[in-house]
Amino acid sequence: MDSAIATTQAEHGIAEQQHEHVSVPQHRHHFATPEQQREAGSFGMWLFLLTEIMFFGGLFFAYLLFRNWYYDAFVTASNQLSVPLGAANTAILITSGFFMALAVWAAEVRKQTLLVLFLILTTLLGFAFLGIKADEYHEKYEKHHIPGASFDTSQFINPAAYGLSEKPLAPDAAQKTQLFFFLYFAMTGMHALHMVLGLGILFWLMIRAQRGDFSSGYVAPIENFGLYWHFVDIVWIFLFPLLYLINRHPLAH
Amino acid sequence: MAHEAQPEQHYNDAANVTNPEHASHHIVSPAQYAMVFATLLACTALTVFAADINLGVFNPIIALAIASFKGVIVILFFMHVKYQSKLIKVTVGAGFFMFLVLVTMTLSDYISRAWGLW
Repeated sequence: MDSAIATTQAEHGIAEQQHEHVSVPQHRHHFATPEQQREAGSFGMWLFLLTEIMFFGGLFFAYLLFRNWYYDAFVTASNQLSVPLGAANTAILITSGFFMALAVWAAEVRKQTLLVLFLILTTLLGFAFLGIKADEYHEKYEKHHIPGASFDTSQFINPAAYGLSEKPLAPDAAQKTQLFFFLYFAMTGMHALHMVLGLGILFWLMIRAQRGDFSSGYVAPIENFGLYWHFVDIVWIFLFPLLYLINRHPLAH
Repeated sequence: MAHEAQPEQHYNDAANVTNPEHASHHIVSPAQYAMVFATLLACTALTVFAADINLGVFNPIIALAIASFKGVIVILFFMHVKYQSKLIKVTVGAGFFMFLVLVTMTLSDYISRAWGLW
């Protein structure tokens, strides 16, 4: 006999007298125990997240290197970002992550209504984050700060004319602000893409949670999606200081 | 044989698995999540506040230290790594360690070759 499902009632009865044995419907027969199945699932999810660390890591490294090479351009360009909007988005994303953590708890203690509610709150805050992000992108579009043919360096060459207190950049140095904005859009854009995909999965999880799939002991999909959502949080936790905050007080050199 | 008298052991039982790493499913309480959440919000306020003060070279160091602290508590509590088996803990640690190795080696290459504007 090689399948948990094929276990007969009689065998079950004997087994239950000897061990505290609980048979769960999500248990696949190629795992010895539900515990092993759960750990294998977490392990696989973490391996995927490690590839994500390497993926975002390349972008973080490019930022580290080019910020050192083109320090003045990066400082000036970085100070174009709005700290209040970035900070608000950080708080929104952390709150979204908090509700996701509570959703995992609700699934674990089998509270179906709370689980659905927490998934909805997680989703709403995710959309709020993307809304603020879209507003920031639109501002960059209006100022011609999107890298490419219509990129405008005049604000960096003559900041005083725009009411800015930044140090003026030479025209060649001002061109390097495009590199900052390229990395800004690449990093926050990839982060936003991860959120869009996450929000799609959240809708699917909400439908299944509403059906009662995750409130009778089967927590793995909620738990593993939680890992993904928190990982996306962590990426932003690093993006916010690196892109918005660390260039407020440029070093004199 | 003496073993024949023993009842057939049920193969589908956690007690059969001799791997001692299998941790029981630990449920983190909402109160604990709320504490982590409050700490994360406080750290966000702190890092915004610290960025406004001119600390010279320490501005980025402090910002990254706060971000790392936030990342670690998200990993430990929101992502339950504190309550996972050693296999998961080592996997997570190995991933971040590998990333730091790659950054260090790539950076040492760039620094030592006078590429770009060093």
